[in-house]
Amino acid sequence: MSVFIIRRLLQSVVVIWVMSLLVFGGVYLIGDPIDMLINPEADQEDIDAAIRALGLDKPIHEQYWFFLINALKGDLGNSFIFNEPALQLILARMPATMELAFASLFIAIFLGVPLGMWAGLHPESIAGRSIMTGSILGFSLPSFWVGIMFIMLFAVILGVLPAGGRAETTEFLGMQVSFLSWDGLSHILLPAVNLALFKLSLVIRLSRAGTQEVIHQDYIKFARAKGVSEKRVILVHVLKNIMIPVVTILGLEFGSVIAFAVVTETIFAWPGMGKLIIESIDQLDRPVIVAYLMIIVFMFIVINLVVDIMYSVLDPRVRLQDVKA
Amino acid sequence: MRKIFTALVAGAALFAAAGVSAQEIRIGIAQEPSSIDPHYHNLGPNNGFLSHVYERLVMQDSKQRLKPSLAVSWKPISETVWEFKLRKGVKWHDGTPFTAADVVFTGTRGLNVPNSPSSFATYLKGKTFKKIDDHTVHISTEKPYPLMATEMSTIMIVSKKAATGAQTKDFNLGTAAIGTGPYKFVKWQKGDVVEFARNDDYWGGKPKWSKVVLKPISSAPTRVAAMLAGDVDMIDGVPTADIEVLKKNAKVKLSQGISNRVIYLHMDQQRDNSPFVTDKDGNPLDKNPLKDVRVRKAISMMINRPAIVERVMEGVAIPAGQLVSETFFGNTPKLIPEKYDVAAAKNLLKDAGWGDGFGLTIHGPNNRYINDAKIAEAIAQMLTRGGIPTKVVTMPKNVYFKRASRGGPDKTPEFSFILVGWGSGTGEASSPLKSLLATYDKSKGHGASNRGRHSNPKVDALVEQALATVDDEKRRALLQQATEVGIGESQGIIPLHYQVNTWATRPGLRYDARTDERTLAMDIQIVK
Repeated sequence: MSVFIIRRLLQSVVVIWVMSLLVFGGVYLIGDPIDMLINPEADQEDIDAAIRALGLDKPIHEQYWFFLINALKGDLGNSFIFNEPALQLILARMPATMELAFASLFIAIFLGVPLGMWAGLHPESIAGRSIMTGSILGFSLPSFWVGIMFIMLFAVILGVLPAGGRAETTEFLGMQVSFLSWDGLSHILLPAVNLALFKLSLVIRLSRAGTQEVIHQDYIKFARAKGVSEKRVILVHVLKNIMIPVVTILGLEFGSVIAFAVVTETIFAWPGMGKLIIESIDQLDRPVIVAYLMIIVFMFIVINLVVDIMYSVLDPRVRLQDVKA
Repeated sequence: MRKIFTALVAGAALFAAAGVSAQEIRIGIAQEPSSIDPHYHNLGPNNGFLSHVYERLVMQDSKQRLKPSLAVSWKPISETVWEFKLRKGVKWHDGTPFTAADVVFTGTRGLNVPNSPSSFATYLKGKTFKKIDDHTVHISTEKPYPLMATEMSTIMIVSKKAATGAQTKDFNLGTAAIGTGPYKFVKWQKGDVVEFARNDDYWGGKPKWSKVVLKPISSAPTRVAAMLAGDVDMIDGVPTADIEVLKKNAKVKLSQGISNRVIYLHMDQQRDNSPFVTDKDGNPLDKNPLKDVRVRKAISMMINRPAIVERVMEGVAIPAGQLVSETFFGNTPKLIPEKYDVAAAKNLLKDAGWGDGFGLTIHGPNNRYINDAKIAEAIAQMLTRGGIPTKVVTMPKNVYFKRASRGGPDKTPEFSFILVGWGSGTGEASSPLKSLLATYDKSKGHGASNRGRHSNPKVDALVEQALATVDDEKRRALLQQATEVGIGESQGIIPLHYQVNTWATRPGLRYDARTDERTLAMDIQIVK
């Protein structure tokens, strides 16, 4: 198994390197931020000075080589816009995104599983049908539209929740978090539900299918025959068995929740990594774009690895092997 | 019972009144500053928002007229030396008195801030600062320099004590962010909040707000929603599409004002075979019709400016016939927006030998100016109707501007016919004349944004003469003449309209719409 892990880690280094090359080249092809950053009143001499200051006068291979050398030392370069280390900029925004991602994961599980089980146990009931119809909406409605509708309804028309932004943060385990106050929770509710919508629908569908499958199994029938209460049958025997696929999928999806919080963060003015990356792309802040994508790729690799390992631990029939081409 | 009720109502009214004269103001802003270092980045949001904390020798009021700030008076004392008398009794936020040493220090610090993406050297180079006494500074240049006060209205003065050896990050953290302005810097959490607190010792009297909170909300619908929900007291950058609806909403008051930004068209006047000028079937031409002034004039006449303002801009813009609008220094009364006259335009084209027309492609950004892509489309339709079939290509600003300025061979402009905007940061006509209409000349620093490479020796001579004329009235006349020649006679660029900016506030407030598009707590008025 350790051979497997080492080999996977080595592969991931190659993946990250290739990715950095692609992104670096891609952003270079689009252009550079000088023409947007420079004040229009600057003359040619000032423009050249700014190009030199950001190191953009060098040929692309030299710029990349320079980046690579520094990256090996753990320095992913300074943001063109903020003149601060790109990595630091991203990490400073990470708690906000993590907070949002965990909140939406929480909503997806604690709302999705009971709803899905209900729909699985009472598939013909009106509630069961409404839940399934609702989950189709959750899948298919574009999240930016839902987000704006949420703001219109809850902030503008009803006036019960704030329209966006993050509340005052407090220190918790060395991180700046906002979920410890009512104000913080009221700010996080709308964006978290917005971000959770897709996962919520996924969980509902998985739990419903799982429930319908499990409910007809022999061990359920046996438990009932034995006289186990219906409550225990559902909360223990059914629930435990449908959780395996739900947990696996959510584990894998967690990466994408973080990576694709971009839309939700932009609409709700949530100061996370997603808002940073969108603004960085908008201004072609290459060091930040490259660093962000490297972090995301790394995160996906780690999550996948952990899921694979967990699998082999949970299910002894699974052997960790490299897929041979 | 009734008494209790009356008391309750009175109490509630008092409470509401206290709410209106609220001590704290929260503003939803479209773009946040990139730094708290006032010399790191010469960028609109930085120059605007940092004005709460730092001040300049000379300030620009809401109409960009020059007013005394840290300097009480200024005058040229010889051909090449300007004298600035500094205000006495001004204190930095840390309590130390403001003196000439701070100004001299700023003069060198602003020149070289490491990794600056847009340096203030633009305004500081070639100037030598000299302290005469604690409240007198002399700034000298090699040649006569009429724009001294104007350029000093761009440089924020920093404290020598606090900023010596300080880097940009020390400003961002607040340790070096010591100014003389009406508000003190409290904190900046990127993407989340910028906060200022009242400076009780401000020389200009006690500032209105105890706290200024700036919330960056880049998405326009969210910004409007935050305003409607009452999360913020004011927003900037109200989208034109929402203005009609907001006008009818009692929860919101709109403040509008003309901006210093003119939207205009550049036409390639350098290349003989310009890549995006073709015959009617799209084949390349060996002759460039845009080099003929009659053709340029005809294009200008085919554009129905009032229609663009009415339909595309929803009435929120003003047709333009020159570089700066009426209230600005250098505006000439002789130029009015070109009249829409397709028949006359067609005749002009015929005279120029292009009666059969030709093909054109207009390039423009789609996320830089208000409704930019729609304007480009409207122009293409108007030209097509006038006999010049025009294609439209718009792209995001991050792709567009590099290609428009240096995307072609040898870093020349790539396109032939483009839509751009120009905001006069200095509040007068010399900067657009020098950058847009003067011949591209790297050694002189002229024509840096002349993306059509228009060139007219008459304009060059007038601009150069104006830039060396210290007498205001004479300079004004020269700038007016240069504009009349560059736009009126030789159609170097085609002005379309001046942007109008819109702010929204809650009832009880009014914003003195600033021409420089800045959003400042100082310019928010409490109205009854």
